[in-house]
Amino acid sequence: MIYADNAATTKMSQAAIDKMISLNNEVWGNPSSLYGFGQKAKEILEEARKDVADVIGAEPREILFTSGGSEADNQAIRSAAELGRKNGRMHIISSAFEHHAVLHTLQRLEKEGFEVTLLDVHENGLIIPEEVEAAIRDDTCLVTIMFANNEIGTIQPIREIGAICHKHNVIFHTDAVQAIAHIPVNVIDDNIDMLSASAHKFHGPKGVGFLYAKKTIRLTNLIEGGAQERGKRAGTENVPGIAAMATALKEANEKREENAKHLTAMRDKLIAGLSAIPHSALNGDAVKRLPGNVNFCFEGIEGESLLLLLDDKGIAASSGSACTSGSLDPSHVLLAIGRVHDVAHGSLRLSIGEDTTDEDVNYMIQSVKEVVEYLRGFSPIWRDLQAGKKEYIL
Amino acid sequence: MALYSEKVMDHFRNPRNVGVIEDANGIGEVGNAKCGDIMKMYLKIEDGIIQDVKFETFGCGSAIASSSMATELIKGKPVKEAMQLTNKAVAEALDGLPDYKMHCSVLAEEAIQSALEDYQKRTGDVILQEE
Repeated sequence: MIYADNAATTKMSQAAIDKMISLNNEVWGNPSSLYGFGQKAKEILEEARKDVADVIGAEPREILFTSGGSEADNQAIRSAAELGRKNGRMHIISSAFEHHAVLHTLQRLEKEGFEVTLLDVHENGLIIPEEVEAAIRDDTCLVTIMFANNEIGTIQPIREIGAICHKHNVIFHTDAVQAIAHIPVNVIDDNIDMLSASAHKFHGPKGVGFLYAKKTIRLTNLIEGGAQERGKRAGTENVPGIAAMATALKEANEKREENAKHLTAMRDKLIAGLSAIPHSALNGDAVKRLPGNVNFCFEGIEGESLLLLLDDKGIAASSGSACTSGSLDPSHVLLAIGRVHDVAHGSLRLSIGEDTTDEDVNYMIQSVKEVVEYLRGFSPIWRDLQAGKKEYIL
Repeated sequence: MALYSEKVMDHFRNPRNVGVIEDANGIGEVGNAKCGDIMKMYLKIEDGIIQDVKFETFGCGSAIASSSMATELIKGKPVKEAMQLTNKAVAEALDGLPDYKMHCSVLAEEAIQSALEDYQKRTGDVILQEE
């Protein structure tokens, strides 16, 4: 199988698996226990916190372990909103193509009386910092913009946006789930106040993530109970998972530049190959995008059929079609960059990994070409387009 | 658990009666690109019998499989019988569809109805009113 869905999840690294197994076998104590065996677990937990903090340029006490990216997004936004509410600042700025963990949290806050401005992400999938500045008001309490988009991989001008937020004394949160360990991320250099990350996107385990929150920001609990995580997240810590995350993060970050070089070459070759398919288009900026992300629309076909036939050819990929999203509408990300429904249904995301070879890329290009051609062969839309009864969109 | 039954996958991978009938005397098209499903049915009817049927579909796996199965269920059958085809029969013949994909079988039923209506309009055939 060629696994080209690394944006969905990644395979755990051997070092992370080994760490998780050995801790489950050997250090399974409760870090809150007083005896040595529990304190050993506490030590491992705090080592992991330091390792994670080091990678992103934070202090250990600014790292809060969570169940993943969604929880971190929820807690970051909720915390900033509660601080805003106290000061009578109930306006939040975000973008139209955020992850649902952000968008749905914002929708809930809207019901509670907050006002939300969703910025345009433009045709290339990039936010313009000046537009963030123009949207900031006296009552803005939070700007939350993702570091890199999970579907089209576009990398946002985070540093510039952060600087603008600081100039106006507004908290800046970024969902960095797709970015961490794939591109450089440093909370100081990038002017980030809060950041969410998820272990399974960088070869760590599922069900673990972290929230970075600058030490001056008072967090609001989502989970009440014991005093774990400085009292901000109750529940006995998932020590093996957290330690495995730290192992995976360090490992991925050490190999980051080398991996990015390889991935970028493979990505650009894939993009060039798929661009040769007539009436297709790359989604999102070609340069300011994650090293492993390729996302295309093909006119006249539907994404789920494409995925199923690629699966038959041994390629695991994803799509933003309505049928794969489980709703009637295609991906909100593709609609946000201005793709109309007709072509958004025919989208394909290939998120390649470090082990993707030149040969794999050739095979993927050939397979996608064949499947698109085959599906167009009995698509009534394609027939109308070919016959000139309809105008091509792409 | 697989997303689809083996039968759905079989009809999706090897769709029956794919293509166009150049001298069709009944053509129906339903659905729209906005929703992500379009089905087009071509019928060749002679002596009240569906001699040939072909389809073209833009849509997901279950849309393609539903079109394929629907054509199999009416091919060689009297028009009157084809008029009775229901989405339920299509879905059952496919060993079921996931709930949120049932609309694909509805689309297949509607595409055939639409093609039969077109046939009646073109030929003035009153087969349905005979009884």
